[in-house]
Parts: sequence; C-alpha cells; structure tokens
Amino acid sequence: MMSNSNPMNMSRRHFMSHMAGASAMTMPALAMGETLYANADDLKRRRKSAILLWMGGGPSTMDIWDLKPGASTGGPFQPIATSGNAQISEHMPLMAKQMHNMAIIRSMSTREADHNRGRYYMHTGYVPNPNIEHPSYGAVLSNQLIDQRPELEIPPFVAVGGGSVGPGFLGMAWAPFSVSSTGQVRNLDMGLGDDRLYQRMYALDLIENGFINQRRGSAASDHQKILKKTLNLMTSEQMKSFKVADEPESVKERYGNTGFGRGCLMARRLVEVGVPFIEVGLGGWDMHSNIHQTLSDTKLPELDQAMSALTEDLEQRGLLEDTAIIWMGEFSRTPRINGNAGRDHWARSWSVVVGGAGMNGGIAIGKTSADGTRVETDPYSSQDVMASVCNALGISLQTTFTSKSGRPMKIANSGKVIKELFS
Amino acid sequence: MKNKILIFSSIILSTLVPLSAYAQDSQDYGIPEVSFINQQIRQGWDDYEIRPSTLATDGEWCRRVFLDIIGRVPSVEELHKFVKDKDLGKKKKLVTQLLNDENYTEDYAKNWTTLWTNVLIGRSGGTERNSLTNRAGLQKYLRDSLARNKYYNEIVQELVTATGSNTPGTENYNGAVNFLTMKLEENATLATAETSRVFLGLQVQCTQCHNHPFNEWKQQKFWEMNAFFRQTRSLRRFTTGTRNVSHVELVNESFTGEGLTKDPDKADIYYELRNGITKVAYPVFVDGTKIDPSGYVEDVIRRDELGKLIVNSTYLDKMAVNRIWAHFMGYGFTKPIDDMGPHNPSSHPELVDYLGQQFRKKSFDLKQLITWVVLSEPYALSSRTNSSNETADDPLLGETPKFSRFYIRQMRAEELYESLITATSADKGRGSYEEQETRKSQWLSQFIVAFGNDEGGEQTSFNGTIPQALMMFNGDLVKQATKKDGGSFLDQLAKSNLSNTQKINYLFEAAFARQPAKKEVEVANKLLVARKGDLTAALQDIWWAVLNSNEFILNH
Repeated sequence: MMSNSNPMNMSRRHFMSHMAGASAMTMPALAMGETLYANADDLKRRRKSAILLWMGGGPSTMDIWDLKPGASTGGPFQPIATSGNAQISEHMPLMAKQMHNMAIIRSMSTREADHNRGRYYMHTGYVPNPNIEHPSYGAVLSNQLIDQRPELEIPPFVAVGGGSVGPGFLGMAWAPFSVSSTGQVRNLDMGLGDDRLYQRMYALDLIENGFINQRRGSAASDHQKILKKTLNLMTSEQMKSFKVADEPESVKERYGNTGFGRGCLMARRLVEVGVPFIEVGLGGWDMHSNIHQTLSDTKLPELDQAMSALTEDLEQRGLLEDTAIIWMGEFSRTPRINGNAGRDHWARSWSVVVGGAGMNGGIAIGKTSADGTRVETDPYSSQDVMASVCNALGISLQTTFTSKSGRPMKIANSGKVIKELFS
Repeated sequence: MKNKILIFSSIILSTLVPLSAYAQDSQDYGIPEVSFINQQIRQGWDDYEIRPSTLATDGEWCRRVFLDIIGRVPSVEELHKFVKDKDLGKKKKLVTQLLNDENYTEDYAKNWTTLWTNVLIGRSGGTERNSLTNRAGLQKYLRDSLARNKYYNEIVQELVTATGSNTPGTENYNGAVNFLTMKLEENATLATAETSRVFLGLQVQCTQCHNHPFNEWKQQKFWEMNAFFRQTRSLRRFTTGTRNVSHVELVNESFTGEGLTKDPDKADIYYELRNGITKVAYPVFVDGTKIDPSGYVEDVIRRDELGKLIVNSTYLDKMAVNRIWAHFMGYGFTKPIDDMGPHNPSSHPELVDYLGQQFRKKSFDLKQLITWVVLSEPYALSSRTNSSNETADDPLLGETPKFSRFYIRQMRAEELYESLITATSADKGRGSYEEQETRKSQWLSQFIVAFGNDEGGEQTSFNGTIPQALMMFNGDLVKQATKKDGGSFLDQLAKSNLSNTQKINYLFEAAFARQPAKKEVEVANKLLVARKGDLTAALQDIWWAVLNSNEFILNH
C-alpha cells in the first residue's frame, strides 16, 4: 500500500528484507550484492583503521614513557628495558614486551594547558576558535576511510567509555557513537514487526522532508541523516561486535577486568568488523596530589594490562600492520612535584606514543632535558602527530575540507610527518 | 499593526525597497526597551545589507515562547486560545500571563531553576560520590527565589555570601550555599573561576597559573580575587553518634594567612609564577577596589564584601543581559556568552550597555528583562531563511549573529522531557514534586558525558546523536508517550468525539503547533488502512513519527 521508494535510503540489506516478497525486485538486487561482496573482500585486505587511547586529565609522561631517575623532578619510579630500544617505567612491565611495536615521541611541545583547550587541540590539531568548530580525529579519519568499507552498517566513529570531541563542521553524521565499556547499546529494539517499522519510517521521512524544504537550515537536514544511520544500526548484525562478553574468558582476562580493558577489547572487535576509528577513554589522570602512589597502585597497572593486550592481540591477528594506535592525553604534568606530592598541568615537554599501520616501532623520537622541563630536539605538535597518523593510514596530507563558511582547511592543519616513524 | 508588518515584509520581498524604510514600523508595545532593541538590531541589518526573515506564524511564536519561558510546548488548548485571540496586543498578554499568572508560576520556576542549576553547578553537580553539593538543596532555594521573583542582584549576593547547611530539613538550611560548597578544594580556585565567569562574564581560570596571553587578566588578579574566598570552608556534619554525613555546612572562619608570620591582621596568600618566584596577594576586586586585608571575621567577612562589589559591578548587568538574550535568541552578543572581558568585544555593544543599565534601573527584575527580549522584533522572526540571510547570517558558518531570523536549535533535554509530558500526559500519576524530579534526573543522566578531569568538565546536550535518536525511537519515555492501552493519551484521543481528521490535527498541533499538510493527512490515512481500521494503532504510528521528527525536537 505504501510507495516503494526507499525511506531514508535504508541500508541495502535492510531494505531488501522488506522487498523479499516482491520477486521482480529481488533478482537484480541479489546479483548486485554478489559483486559488492566480491569487492569487499578485496577492500578488506587493505583497509586501514586507527585506535586512539585517550588519557583524559593529562597523564604524567615523565612517570611512564620518559623517566628521569635521579633528577630532582624524577619521582620514585625506575626505568626498565623493553623489547624495543627505549626504556619505560617499571610499572609498565607488560607493555615493555610490546615496545618493539611502538614509538615514543618524547619531544612533544604544545601550549594548551587547560583541560578543555588541550582536549580540543590534541583532538583536532587546531586551537579553539569561537567562530568555527573543527572536526576531531575520529570524524576526520572515519570520513576519509569510510569508502574502504561499503559493507559497514554501524557508525564509523565509535567512542568507548568517555567523551570525545565532536565532528565540528563535518556535521553530526560524523559524530562519535558513544558506548559504555560494557558494550551495551540501549534502546535498540522497537518491538514491532519490520513492516510497521518501515511504515512509520515512511511517515517520519515525509514529515522531515516537509520541514527541511522550508529552508530551516542544516540542523533540520542533519537530523534526517542521523535517522538513517540509526535505522541501519538497529537492523545490523554487526552490532554483535559491541558484545565483549562473548569473548573467551582467557581473552577477557588478558585485557583485564576493567572498563578500559573491556574498551580495548571492544576496539579490536570493532576493527575486525570494519569500524575505521575507535577512541577508548581512560580518565582520571588529573593527579594534582599523591600522584606516584595513584599511578603505581591503580592507574598504570590498568593501562599496562589493557594496552599491552591490545597491541599483542592486534599483532597476533595480523591486524596491527593496518591499524594505528595512538596513546595521548590533552597534555602532561609538571616536572616539578608540588606540595601535595602531585604534579600540575604541563604542555611544554611531554610524550605521545604511536604504533602500528607500518610506523617504525621500538624507538624513542626526540629528547627532553635531564630534568624534563625542556625539549632539546625538534619539538613536535598535535598537527605533526596527526599528519604522521594520516600518512601511515594512506591519507593524503593534501586532503582539504571546506568549512561551512567556505574556508578551506587542510587535513592535520599542515602538520609535518615525523620522519623517524617512516624511514 | 502586525498585519501591517506582514504586508510590508512582502513588499520588501518583491520590490527590495531601501532597507531602512521599515524602521518605524514594528510593534514595540509602548516599551522603550523593546523599541531600542528593534532599532539597534535593525541598524545591524542595514549595515550588513541583510533583509530579515518574515515574521513567524502565531503558532510558531506561541510554541517558542512557551518553550523558552516555561520550558515546554503549549498544549493544544493553550495554542488555540492564543491563535484565535484577535487582540493586537495578544503577544504581550501571553508573555505577561506566562510570567505572572499563578497557573504558570510552578512551570516558570521549574524551568528557570533547571537553567540556573545547570549554570551554577553543571548538570552532574551533586551526583558525584561523596558530593559536597546537595542538588535538591540548591534547587529548592532557586525555586523559592524564582517563584517570588526575587531580584537578580539579591540572588547573586545570596549565592556569593551564603553560609549554612546545604541540605533541606537540617538546621541552618540555606540552599544557596550549594553554589560554593564543592568549589573550595585546592585553595578555592574553582570558586574564584566560577564566580567570576558565571556572574561577571570574566574568564580567569587560565590566569591561575600564568598571565593570560590575550586578555588583560594577569595572574596577580586571579589570586587577588581568590583571596576573597579564603575564610570560607565546607565542613561535613555528622549525624550525632554516627559516622554518617548528615549535611555539609558552609562557614566563614578567621584566616591567618599563608605567610610565615601568620598575622591575621594582614592575612596574605601566596602563589607561584611560572619561573618559580613566589608572590603575595590580598583581596582586591577586578576593578582595583581593595578591602581591609584582615583575616578576622570579626573585622571583615571577605565574601560579604565580594558580594557587594559584584552587585555594584557593571559586568554583572552585562553578563545577565547576555545570558538572557542568548537563552531566547540562541546566540549571545559574545561567543562564548560568559567571556565578556575587554579582549572579546560584543557584536552590539551599545545594546548590551543600554540593556544592562535599564536592567539595573528596573531593580534587576528578570521578568522585565525577559519581556523586553521576547517582545522584540528579532524574537518574532521566522526561522525560515531567505536568500539574503541564509549564509550572511548563519552563526554556524562562523558569522557574527545578526538576529535577522530565529536561529533553530535543539530543545534542551529538560525541555524535551517536559514537552513529552505535556503533550501526552506520559508521566501520569506523577507523584510528589521530588519524585517527579528524581524521575526526570534519572532520564537526564543519559545525556551526561564526563571528561575524566578534576575540573568537573562535562558535555551534556541533546544534540542529535545516534544514541539519542535510539532513545527517541525506542526509549521508555517515548514508549510511554505512544502507548495505546486503556486510559492512555492515544486511547482517550481515539475514543473522543472528534472526527478522524480532527484527531490527526490534534496530534500535529500538540507537537508542532500547526495543522498537518495535505501530504501528511494522506500518509495518516494510508496508515489507517495499513492498520486495518485500528484507529488507535494508526494514531500511534503517526504520533511516533511526529515525535521523532526534526520539527518536534527543534525549537524553531
């Protein structure tokens, strides 16, 4: 009784399920499906992904990746040898065995030491500007990598366990899909037959279009795009990849029974199903007091367990060569230890860790001074890290986005590729 | 008068007469402040050669006024009453009603309590483990204050200077303390930053650690402001004989200073420059006014002095004007609205100054300020763009807002909730006020995303993400709103003696404040066929589609 037009351009598979009875339409569509999946196999072999491990609050990289034993600023932790050429903290013993896969960029030098500004800058490569919202890593990379996976039915940018930064001028279609680390996505089931769902969507689409055609601006049309994505997701088999509980006990144990551990495990599952960008958040690094005890008792063991499991697992499954891992926070913490045995905000000299997707592992790039207060080699910025990750993922640094105001914006804000990662 | 504008607008559309020609022609309801707003905003249109959008329909205007003043859409009955009123002064009449009629007092107070609570302690304030904030305590204080229209300067003074217990029902209860109870850790740096930002529009948090590169604020000023809070402490009080916290009390205590001499007559504080040099600070207000440096509460209560200085500052007036303006217009005169320091000039400086002065002159009466903004011409414009303002006045494109159209925006989560309740009686048998609020905050908690730092940063919005779309598709609240069992909203509508067409009209009016278009009626009829004549089920499908549409969740 309803028109046969496809409301909201539902995913092909879903749309076909409604058309199953209409034999005239079934045949050509199935034929099309075969070629689609043949291509997909080919694409699958070279598709790239990235996982951002986001350390909200600003982790003290001097206590993790760039130790200064003996310096007055050094703190109590000792360095240990790793499977690569760089030493790291004694409280990261599992990660030490994975460092052949990772590069520590020890000469990060940035200027944003306020949480919000730093989070924005490190996520976008741009300093906050009241007149424009820049898209974040996840939005940019998933936007660039989406063409490699036509079969993807779930959102291309997933944020696990915490906030990310939004899609800015790329629009809500590239917003992070936020889930908790349990992988539970709420409200997935309408509890109605597909026919009735379809008819409701038809009516909704008609109302949406009526409003959009009245020149009400982009908010009205953005909403329609989200509805389409939502419908695809509700009906997708790929939603299973969120269910970390389905993993074998031994695997779950290896990642650690923590929110971050489950998040990292989910990230691997999502990479496997084709999600190009996953951000996993681990907060609580804003340690203005009692920092070393907190690090050694809780924070570093949780990080060590999950991050090492993820790296190892990706490597063993052959996924690491196409998957970039980025570990960073909004900034780091003062070399000076304050009166409350804590460290405060510090952006001038700190470390970021990257690995996978063909980037050189086992190295430390750049150098800080003996007390950790200065960068002694070429300083690197958020833009440089982003440019390097793009390079590893095969995304051209000439890629240009156009902001809503028509201003061209180069990907990674003209950052320079860090050459030690690729030589 | 209004018809005249409509006719006039269409003339402009077709003939492009000189833009300034309409200047004398818009309704100001005999209110000089409204007239001044209209004149100043039109000046901006002329300067940028922008033609404003036409006026919004009565239904659209009514819907947005209800949403913005009392936090929910109008009921169908309320809508009809306004639309059918032939009185030329009906807009002023409706605004007066929403602000002053006792039938709306509760809605008004509830809406503005929510807004101010979010400004003062954030959407998650009071929900933290071992929180020193009692959210309900603050809300009770705000609700009481707003319901009897306490003047803004008094509210601010009370929030800044409050002492007493944070929890209703305990001794010395004073809900106003909850603004500060949890902002005093680490030498009250958060209290300093938030008090300056929220009431004065001055962003000082960056200057805690260094001189700000762009604005006039220096590190010294931050700590001079900070010194006002150093007599203040939050104390946990226990239920007698137990270790259970009964409430938190905010008190002023004599402060000996941080220096080695501990001389309370000159209670000093110290801070560190980036190069490690230590400097001293005493309480000095942003405009340079010094107060007695004694730390003895018998000599001077520093927060009391701060409260007086704040309410005398013109920054207070401008910040209030900017906040109220942004609430109704979607954008303020500065971006962000609470950064009004000299480094961040406003888009309409004369208007801000004038409205600030008038607000002060009229005793800081928030309801008057609201009336001026709501009855102004820019607030009455349609959200439909025209060729002249589509891009030239789109703040999403980075343009400075020129207010030549109504900027479309998502309903706040709270507005969505209250609107669903209003439109459907979804929460029937709602229980006590406290129970209703608990249910609401449980529902709202899904919108809170914490950022994992100590400054309580959070992102909380209903901004149209997929989980939110899922929540509207399938969530409990919408299930409630669209259920069709006996006695439900849809059941009652189906059984009413309205015709089928009228029933469909009713749904569209309840959600959109307009009647359905021809195509929409057609699709509704098709659904009725598809449901094999089960009217309630068909209404359920329509209602679901209506509530999930952009037109419902946007304020337009």
